[in-house]
Amino acid sequence: MSLPTYMDHNATTPVAPVVLEAMLPFLSRQCGNPSSNHEYGRAAKRALDEARQQVAAAVGAHPTEVIFTSGGTEANNLVLKGAAQAMKPGILALSAMEHPSVRSPAEQLLRQGWQLRSVAIDDQGRVDDDDFLSALTENPRLISVMRVNNETGTMQNVAALAARAKVGGSRAWFHSDCVQALGKVAIDFRDLNRQGVHALTLSAHKIHGPKGAGAVVADKRLELMPQIAGGGQERDLRSGTENMAAIVGFGAACTAAMADLEAGSLHLARMRAELEEGLVELGARIFSRGAERVANTVYFAIPDIDGETLVGKLDRVGYAVSSGTTCSSANHEPSATLLAMGVSPELAKSAVRVSLGRDNTLTQIHGLLENLAALRDQLLNLTAISS
Amino acid sequence: MLKFPIYLDYSSTTPVDPRVAAKMIPYLTEHFGNPASRSHAFGWEAERAAEEAREQVAALLNADAKDIIWTSGATESNNLAIKGAAHFYAESKGRHIITVATEHKAVLDPFKELERQGFEATYLQPQENGLITIEQFRAALRPDTVLASVMAVNNEIGVIQPIAELGEICREKGVIFHVDAAQATGKMPIDLQKLKVDLMSLSAHKTYGPKGIGALYVRRKPRIRLEAQIHGGGHERGLRSGTLATHQIVGMGEAFRIAREEMATENERIRMLRDRLLQGIRDIEETYVNGDLEQRVPHNLNISFNYVEGESLIMATKDIAVSSGSACTSASLEPSYVLRALGRSDELAHSSIRFTIGRFTTEEEIAFTIKLLHEKLSKLRELSPLWEMYKDGVDLSTVQWAAH
Repeated sequence: MSLPTYMDHNATTPVAPVVLEAMLPFLSRQCGNPSSNHEYGRAAKRALDEARQQVAAAVGAHPTEVIFTSGGTEANNLVLKGAAQAMKPGILALSAMEHPSVRSPAEQLLRQGWQLRSVAIDDQGRVDDDDFLSALTENPRLISVMRVNNETGTMQNVAALAARAKVGGSRAWFHSDCVQALGKVAIDFRDLNRQGVHALTLSAHKIHGPKGAGAVVADKRLELMPQIAGGGQERDLRSGTENMAAIVGFGAACTAAMADLEAGSLHLARMRAELEEGLVELGARIFSRGAERVANTVYFAIPDIDGETLVGKLDRVGYAVSSGTTCSSANHEPSATLLAMGVSPELAKSAVRVSLGRDNTLTQIHGLLENLAALRDQLLNLTAISS
Repeated sequence: MLKFPIYLDYSSTTPVDPRVAAKMIPYLTEHFGNPASRSHAFGWEAERAAEEAREQVAALLNADAKDIIWTSGATESNNLAIKGAAHFYAESKGRHIITVATEHKAVLDPFKELERQGFEATYLQPQENGLITIEQFRAALRPDTVLASVMAVNNEIGVIQPIAELGEICREKGVIFHVDAAQATGKMPIDLQKLKVDLMSLSAHKTYGPKGIGALYVRRKPRIRLEAQIHGGGHERGLRSGTLATHQIVGMGEAFRIAREEMATENERIRMLRDRLLQGIRDIEETYVNGDLEQRVPHNLNISFNYVEGESLIMATKDIAVSSGSACTSASLEPSYVLRALGRSDELAHSSIRFTIGRFTTEEEIAFTIKLLHEKLSKLRELSPLWEMYKDGVDLSTVQWAAH
């Protein structure tokens, strides 16, 4: 049996051939440890520097602003806990739809005397302007708003939010989780930084890079306490022997993603338009459709059809999609993001996420829609019989 | 044919075994799923592979696979074990922690962090051979000792600490016992059914696996609890969040499988090469082996060459890739703190070379290294005024040096 069609790119992506090619030497003859003071070590150090430049270039940052980590989760932990531990406890404001890798370290800070201020989102999954302004009046020390939501694909205008904070005299440090934004929208850290954003987090495996590499991009005025100590790598902000193959792969993936950004977005937008048109015909409700979204994500619900069930059926007919965020795929709670958007728990339980990649085709979209139509009729009949 | 520089720095990092690389690659391409994806075959295959690797890692240690937590490497494992256990048990047990002065920075730095948070630390000074004694360890224990951390194998001098005995004492006294085994896997037998070790840090890239992956053994019987250090989606029993890097995990599993199957024969071959190297350079005057030669892994030879200057020794031996101390600190000009703790002078510490031999080292490479050291040392000493004075019978320790 051939592999199913993969449409879960917000969970993870296959490594691109050009990325694999860049990585392979570091899984064979290029074995050096960048800390070693001999030719093997120096070669590794050069490759590390080059990857740092590639990642920096992809987000308009200076290479010295890039701190490599083991991935997006560690990067979010480093920024939030690292920044919080370097200052007096206060208020951390974060949007109601942040990823668990932001929310969970933020909750840890409660024990250290921090208070959390959740900023409401509107029915399209955008940060609510009024509530954001109200949160600013409480003088937060730290603000964290993601650039692109992993479930809905909604983009947040973090530059505008940061600018508003800055103009209002806020002295908060502003962080934005850009894990789902990288490779899908242009990111210019220089410009963001001017507007008042101080740190970003990135991940390789969402952009056809390998799992196991991520980064913090941070304004050097933002003081961070290291979370992993011992060895002094990454300007002493993140110790541990550098994951050379993955970091080199991350660099190559960044370069490839930048080259592909425009053409890729057009292709994705075309597929998404057809998919959404078809979904509406099937009676589906598409979340955040009124908001500006990245081109690859469609989050929808067919009323009265359980999302988990539908996703399971789709897997059996050869389509790999997701019912919500991957990290919490094990539990069947309705999506916290959807609830924060005011979606009813019943409809939220019907949610299905399709996240496309550049290798998907229109033919696959048509196939998905045909199968969805058949499954909908089948499942609705079952519901009718059982009730 | 020899390929230069000759790699004799296997304790810094090892090349990925080609069998390991071959096993990893499909998990970058066709089996690229996220192990946390529960709704499709891509995720299930990734999860299956990660669990198989967990069994392979556990098998090398004779441990239960459920006790293995994936991390990004031994540095993270050490941080998680030390900070995680100290914080979890501080309230109930106390705030005194014990380690050894010659531990890796990835243990010493978390200890310093805990000290800044109000913990009290004891740093045991090893004997001249690099080993600590049971009596010395027992004497350091206090009623409020919560955690002891002692490495199995030292990264610079390769000596093996008496982990089994220390574990018995810790269990008896109710002290959490952590062992940094980054340099031990595949080099000495480890049996966690027998050893009374509660937490053990592991690394892949010192055992022919990839960089960027490690594990922490967390005993469940009796159950050891930790405060997580990286929070998020709740992966790894909530102890370590973050998407699992499947290909790296698969690589570590395969590397540990190979180690388990081949370590007995491989280590004999490596011991033979190490002994040949030692025999070959023993006739060079004024050379000192650092660390005990018996309680030691066969891969490591650390030698100080007296009356040569450290920097010129490195320059003269650039045809061999060796370390003049731990890789992580070799950027600094400080003499090795490990050799200093053994009582070596700054001069002897500076003029030391760590040779670490591994799977791909050949007899020809060892023969070349012996020849190179003979040539270069006699040349360096010809130019050395210190050597001349020593040869003239001047006791250098009594010389009053003029200030510049």
